[in-house]
Amino acid sequence: MIEGILIGLTTALTLQNILMVMVGCFFGTIIGMLPGLGPMTAIALMIPITYGFDPATGLILMAGVYYGAVFGGSTSSILLNAPGVPGTVATSFDGYPMAQQGKAGKALAIAAWSSFAGGTLSAIYLLFMAPSLSKVSLSFRSPDYFALMILGLTAIAAFSSKGQFLKAMMMVVLGLMLASVGQDSLSDITRFTFDNMNLTDGISFVLVVMATFAMSEALTIILKRNDPTSAAKQVSLTELGSIRINKEERTKMYKTIPRSSIIGFLIGVLPGAGATIASFLAYGMERNVVSDEEKEKFGKGSVNGLSAPETANNAACSGSFVPMLTLGIPGSGTTAVMLGALLGFGVQPGPRLYMTNPEIFWSIIMSMYIGMVILLILNLPLIPYIARILAVPKNYLIPLILFFSVTGIYVMSFNNFDIYLMIGIAIVATFLRLYDFPMPPLILAFVLGGLMEENLRRSLLLSNGSWEFLWDRTLTACILATTILIVVWHIYKTFKKKN
Amino acid sequence: MNINTTKIISLLFFIFSAFYLYTAYQIQVFAFDENAPFNARTFPIYLGYAGLFFSGLKLILPDPNTIKVDHQNLEYKKTGILILIAIIYGATILKVGYFLTTSLFLFASYYFLGERRWILMFLLSFPFVAAFMYLLHGILDIYLRDPFLKSIGVMG
Repeated sequence: MIEGILIGLTTALTLQNILMVMVGCFFGTIIGMLPGLGPMTAIALMIPITYGFDPATGLILMAGVYYGAVFGGSTSSILLNAPGVPGTVATSFDGYPMAQQGKAGKALAIAAWSSFAGGTLSAIYLLFMAPSLSKVSLSFRSPDYFALMILGLTAIAAFSSKGQFLKAMMMVVLGLMLASVGQDSLSDITRFTFDNMNLTDGISFVLVVMATFAMSEALTIILKRNDPTSAAKQVSLTELGSIRINKEERTKMYKTIPRSSIIGFLIGVLPGAGATIASFLAYGMERNVVSDEEKEKFGKGSVNGLSAPETANNAACSGSFVPMLTLGIPGSGTTAVMLGALLGFGVQPGPRLYMTNPEIFWSIIMSMYIGMVILLILNLPLIPYIARILAVPKNYLIPLILFFSVTGIYVMSFNNFDIYLMIGIAIVATFLRLYDFPMPPLILAFVLGGLMEENLRRSLLLSNGSWEFLWDRTLTACILATTILIVVWHIYKTFKKKN
Repeated sequence: MNINTTKIISLLFFIFSAFYLYTAYQIQVFAFDENAPFNARTFPIYLGYAGLFFSGLKLILPDPNTIKVDHQNLEYKKTGILILIAIIYGATILKVGYFLTTSLFLFASYYFLGERRWILMFLLSFPFVAAFMYLLHGILDIYLRDPFLKSIGVMG
């Protein structure tokens, strides 16, 4: 392994490859900040460019773009409450309220340091555990994935504050219902399209996230313009605040980062799971382990609540390279695009990759760490400039948010219908938000809907329609037991508070 | 049972779930798939029942945290105008083209939100959209359909 690490370092530390990581991180950050253009788009755009390089350099560039785009997505989550990618949705839960309190600089700094720490720790885990982790990830079967998704959705109970569990569950079901629109993945039978051709391919994630977060946020701000309770928030939005993280906040981060990085990495390793589930689970877990006093701050600008998903989503990015490089199974949509590029280079990923092409395997792992350092050096000094976006008056910022939302949808589909659908969903979401129906559960359910149905289908077909698959395997039973524990714990806490 | 807006939303969701469930049962599956352990309508049927269950619970159980919204303080008129402008923008973007409609959408939105600094309004609409278009179309090579710019010979 030492020989492999040295090969990796030699390849990653060439001037050309360091330059590639820098260019990738820079462009990734900019593209990731634009709502609608996430890492997948950014990497897809890079593929034609990478074919001019050797495979290691091409993949190093794409890895840089990946990290940059994830960080850029966090920036738009924190400043505009407009997550461009699913993996940064959880970042907005506490990042945006923090920005509203005039601590945007601090929120961005916490995000940058947490991302760095998460990425660094997961690069270390990856270095030592990649070969053995591929064996573990292979042991996961459809019932385990289905149970894992149920767990992810149940953890939503942790996101909703007191008395909102049922509202959160209603939003989960609504998200799953929206995800069921369009062609069935196996039989191609169309569902809930009402003979409208525009719905045949289903509703896109970007459309739903733009409507429920960016557009609905803009409409809510306008709607509550004269509301005296929200007036204070409007004023503080123009303040950047210090980017310094004080000792108390650092202490909180020291505790959050190690546990969130482990969750992020392990979830990232599972094929098909990725940064989204990782960030939501890390957020949910963090909320459950902190003190009652700290728990009250969740959703209102908690340091732990911001640090946990940021650490986990970056850790999951590294983790998702394990199944891609060692098994040839992408851990996320983004790594699926990268897998396509890898095959384009004529490199066949699999358990023998680090024997047949050690320079590719190890140089990517080494360049991940270098990418993290560069991302931090590049982004921390830029925070005051990035956060200037907050100084833009509402009269300009609101139309610009609407413009980015519509553009994001327009460049994807060139279709009027999608724009109308987005406006319709945004109106409903704005109304629901007025009555405290949480939107994050809807988004997570929407993202997981397809995968959940797929894994339930496989499990039920394999067990001949019997639900015994839920307790047949120890792993599935353990995950489900955790889910039940969360629900029981939540009900117990609610009753305890009422009494 | 105390009737409040949250309960009304729950009732609407209950009706929506019932409609969803009815539609789920109407999904046409292949004859050989009709009695399979899992077909295209299985998951939606579970979802329909889940929707009925959770909204039903919300309807029946007491609501300890009633949300009160003061409608008199809400800016319905401006929000409505902004939505209307966005709908017009969506309706014209394909036929007229990205540049003109986006610039006019931004300009009109600034105006209706109360902005009157004309030069700034102009700079943050037409030149801003041109620069953004250049970034997308020129640098990132993302195709943007624009019949207007095509007709005046700016775009190929």
